[in-house]
Amino acid sequence: MPLTNNTDTPDITISDETHIKPYTMNLGPQHPATNGEFRLVLEMNGEIVERADPHIGLLHRGTEKLIEHKTYTQAIPYFDRLDYSCSMNQEHGFALATEALLGITAPKRAQYIRVLFCEIGRILNHIINITTFALDIGAITPSLWGFEEREKGMELYERVSGARMHANYFRPGGVAKDLPQGLCEDILQWCENLPKALGDLETLLTDNRIFKQRTVDIGIVSPEKAQDWGFSGPMLRASGIAWDLRKSQPYEVYEDMDFDIPIGKTGDCYARYLVRMAEMYESIKLIKQAIEKMPEGPVCIDSYKITPPPRAEIKSSIEASIHHFKLFSEGYHVPKGETYTAIEAPKGEFGVYLVSDGTNKPYRCHIRAPGFAHIQALDYMSKGHQLSDMVSIIGSLDLVFGEIDR
Amino acid sequence: MPDDSLLDLAEYISEKLDEHVVSHEFVHDELILHVHTESIIHVLQFMRDARECEFTVLCDICGVDYIGRPVRFDVVYSLLSLRQNNRARVKISVEEDQIVPSVSDLFSSALWYEREVWDMYGIPFSDNPDLRRILSDYGFEGHPLRKDFPLTGHVELRYDDELKQVIYEPMHLTQDYRDFDCLSPWEKIPDIQQHPEEETPEEPDKKGVD
Repeated sequence: MPLTNNTDTPDITISDETHIKPYTMNLGPQHPATNGEFRLVLEMNGEIVERADPHIGLLHRGTEKLIEHKTYTQAIPYFDRLDYSCSMNQEHGFALATEALLGITAPKRAQYIRVLFCEIGRILNHIINITTFALDIGAITPSLWGFEEREKGMELYERVSGARMHANYFRPGGVAKDLPQGLCEDILQWCENLPKALGDLETLLTDNRIFKQRTVDIGIVSPEKAQDWGFSGPMLRASGIAWDLRKSQPYEVYEDMDFDIPIGKTGDCYARYLVRMAEMYESIKLIKQAIEKMPEGPVCIDSYKITPPPRAEIKSSIEASIHHFKLFSEGYHVPKGETYTAIEAPKGEFGVYLVSDGTNKPYRCHIRAPGFAHIQALDYMSKGHQLSDMVSIIGSLDLVFGEIDR
Repeated sequence: MPDDSLLDLAEYISEKLDEHVVSHEFVHDELILHVHTESIIHVLQFMRDARECEFTVLCDICGVDYIGRPVRFDVVYSLLSLRQNNRARVKISVEEDQIVPSVSDLFSSALWYEREVWDMYGIPFSDNPDLRRILSDYGFEGHPLRKDFPLTGHVELRYDDELKQVIYEPMHLTQDYRDFDCLSPWEKIPDIQQHPEEETPEEPDKKGVD
């Protein structure tokens, strides 16, 4: 009798003499295909996964607890370290939440800069996901080609913030510094070259027979189940639900932008790949528009209670000097209140639930990471699949343990 | 001002679930429903299934520790309606060791969210089929996000070369944790909202300085 996918019969009988018991095996904590640190306990029936029990928390750093002990400005770098493949997007969530509590809005130029770098972050994230996903299921070339473009994108991060990954660039009330001269031209140049690089990736993957055999009809999630499991972002859209916070609950200047939301039809791993691929082309459109429409003007609000005075002024004005000192020692007081602010991060809905008690430190800062909801559906998605499909499913979830473990 | 549809929705839910909902309020234009702890399943089921609400996605569950308050904890459920494009938060207040009914039968995503709240705050959920710790270490003791749990924790671990294994020891800090008290006791820094005149120079693209 061949191996069957019948979960009602836990024991496999190959013949009358042999009898295989279902067994438990560990995938991880150190495994190249888990894209991070997590331990996956699998209950296997032969080659068929009966139950998957992800053990997360190996990268738990107590971010939320640490933020409670830091001022609002000091909290921003922690957000870089959540999802480190697109750090500015996470900062964006916190900056918007703090602004909501303060009742302020960033100037238009800052909003365009933020959108610009969030979309660059989306491309960086999707490149890393698609290429490592392909790497996990046997294709090595996409990662070699994709990472070259990704590195160029990270140089853009570096030029604006000084750091390739942990940018610490967004601030409540704007961004830290204006764009350096010539950066916009270089970003446009990068955008010009990117479609060709993405096209190369597509020729390697989209019609690739092996890639399709490993991903099509694997880990299918219906639209109802996707909502039930709290999916968001490309995972939700791949299941055929037209939902994107940039369109449905627009923040910053996304309202004025012209872009489309790619929707998948089948809800399998292949659809998730296609959605992410298509989203990168939309992000290129958004980057071009953001640069085109970006007005001149200040990049942070004009209040020294929230943003530091310019360096030159500190040298000459005692008032500015005091402001600078108070801002970086005490920070600013945020009025009592609470907010749940969500943004469309590359991985899905990144929400910040921020409670303020009127002091200079957040009383509670809960981070809603999209990956947390996705990985808990791993058991549901992998049931009845083969062990090798597990790798495809994990790859398509787009997991980064910085944000899941927090 | 909150969205009209959200105002209507708040009225509708409060009316329909009169005996379950304690009150509702709008904070920063976001709807918050305060409900009785024992009614949480009923309220969430209604909000998920009623055609007027359709909150089909449970985005998040989180705890908040208001130490010093008679009822110590809040558990906050964040709901999202894809069809109606609305968000709502449902809050319950929970005493220490009070058991909260699990909503994992309604939303599969609640399974891990509740595990996290249990792990971080020690709020138990009845009927959650798998209420193990989730983020903290195997064999961890205490609930780290409680306000009376120290930031540094109670134990530290190191590799013991003689035992050839990682061992836990009581936390020993060679230098005290630096927790600067920057708050001035004699002058309260006025918050920015009380000084709208300071922000006037570049007013046109700002909103909500009320």
